Amino acid sequence: MYLEFMWIAACAAVGMAIMAGVLGCFVVWRRMAYFGDALSHASVLGVAISLGFGFSVYLGVAGIACLVAVLLWGFLGSQHSTDSLLGVISHGALAIGLISAALWGNGISLEAVLFGDILVLEWRDALYIWVGVGAICCYVLWRWRALILSTLGEDLAASEGVDVQREQFFLALALAMLVGLALQVVGAILITAFLIIPAAAARTITRTPEAMAAMAVFIGVAAVMSGLAGSYYWDTPAGPSMVAAATMIFVVLQGLSVRSTG
Amino acid sequence: MSGLLSLQQVAVNYGQGTVLQSVDLTVRAGEIITIVGPNGSGKSSLLRVMTGAVRPKRGRVLRQAGLQIGYVPQKLRLDPTFPMTLRRFLDVPQPIADADAALVAERTGISGQLDKQIASLSGGMLQRGMLARAILRRPDVLLLDEPTQGLDQAGSAGFYELIEDLRNELNCAVVMVSHDLHVVMSASDRVICLNGHICCQGAPEVVSTAPEYRALFGRGTRGTMALYRHDHDHHHDQGHDHHHDHHAKPSPN
Repeated sequence: MYLEFMWIAACAAVGMAIMAGVLGCFVVWRRMAYFGDALSHASVLGVAISLGFGFSVYLGVAGIACLVAVLLWGFLGSQHSTDSLLGVISHGALAIGLISAALWGNGISLEAVLFGDILVLEWRDALYIWVGVGAICCYVLWRWRALILSTLGEDLAASEGVDVQREQFFLALALAMLVGLALQVVGAILITAFLIIPAAAARTITRTPEAMAAMAVFIGVAAVMSGLAGSYYWDTPAGPSMVAAATMIFVVLQGLSVRSTG
Repeated sequence: MSGLLSLQQVAVNYGQGTVLQSVDLTVRAGEIITIVGPNGSGKSSLLRVMTGAVRPKRGRVLRQAGLQIGYVPQKLRLDPTFPMTLRRFLDVPQPIADADAALVAERTGISGQLDKQIASLSGGMLQRGMLARAILRRPDVLLLDEPTQGLDQAGSAGFYELIEDLRNELNCAVVMVSHDLHVVMSASDRVICLNGHICCQGAPEVVSTAPEYRALFGRGTRGTMALYRHDHDHHHDQGHDHHHDHHAKPSPN
């Protein structure tokens, strides 16, 4: 079919934007940007391992991301200075991933791993992503109240019977799942961008958490659509184009809100 | 009758350091307990053990089945990107009728702030918001961590009156951590003097003369207590024709 690859790309990217928009709000609210970084950088190692041992990239990336999520979750609960620790894990994992890719990844395109290669996806990949969308939306809707309460304050949530550790663990797993699915769409480097930019843009024009999550999804979808269109017409790389579009939306909204309040 | 909440031989550690040890404490319905103690004496940790946020290293925490806890921490570490108006905050986790919200907002003095973002509120105002939210859930136990920080003397006195009224209406127990020794004394049924363990406890008059209490807070506080009791011998609401320095200064005698 004419331009079928574009339809597949759009389908996958919209699914990715929905997942990232919803989870991104929690990443921003709970200051987990480094956590997202560490997860996505570690996924490079997952790609290298799955290519080296010849199994599905989804499996390898999701497996490594889950492993890192569990490790990080253990650290999050402790009294360590989490930011610097996450920085160490993040960059360490990226370095080891790149070395492994060089050793085992015979001919693997590092650019595809780091920046995604959305235009070579198949319908099956889009289907996986939409299964992920369903799972993550169900999870967030189901746990919404507990997640909001523990975002307000962990002690506050604990005093009202929320198992804060468990909520944090499942949030980490949901992020790991997103990383596994989004890696081929926008790549390891740009996943965090899609977690943070739409949410940050949505913040300037919303007053409740629900509105912010919905708006982050909307902005994310608008960004991937316009980014893809731009990439098609001007022949620019797809992943960075989508991030650039999201950034432009952020800048415009920020400008408008500064103007209206100032 | 057994208590709503009781701690048995509770010990708490953070990392290597022991914060609390051998704490036995039972909270009964309708009583106001105040925890006093120097900085780092484990006051906040004691509250956090009661809420369930901190698991004790040793000992047991028993809560009555279905116990509703209203906890007001010192502050929330909110990221400014978290959008939530104070009104919406009252609706977490279940929505509250506007009429009820307005009533409680009036009593806790947050009526004018309901449209503001909670991340932009001052610490004291946010604590009032948290108190309002806790009250709306009809708690069996209110746990307040330094609820009067940032309030002046008159503000604190008003706040403790509110707490007493709430106790009478809801018949809830109140456990609070406080630094205002002299005001606290009159508002409490029981004072617990904490310094890593319970040094002494009892009615305010008893505790204020206990040697353990005086060892922690010095002889000066005894003078303050005397001054405070003296203040309350004449009634404030009948007009106040002379000004007291309510701040704790060691009395000269």
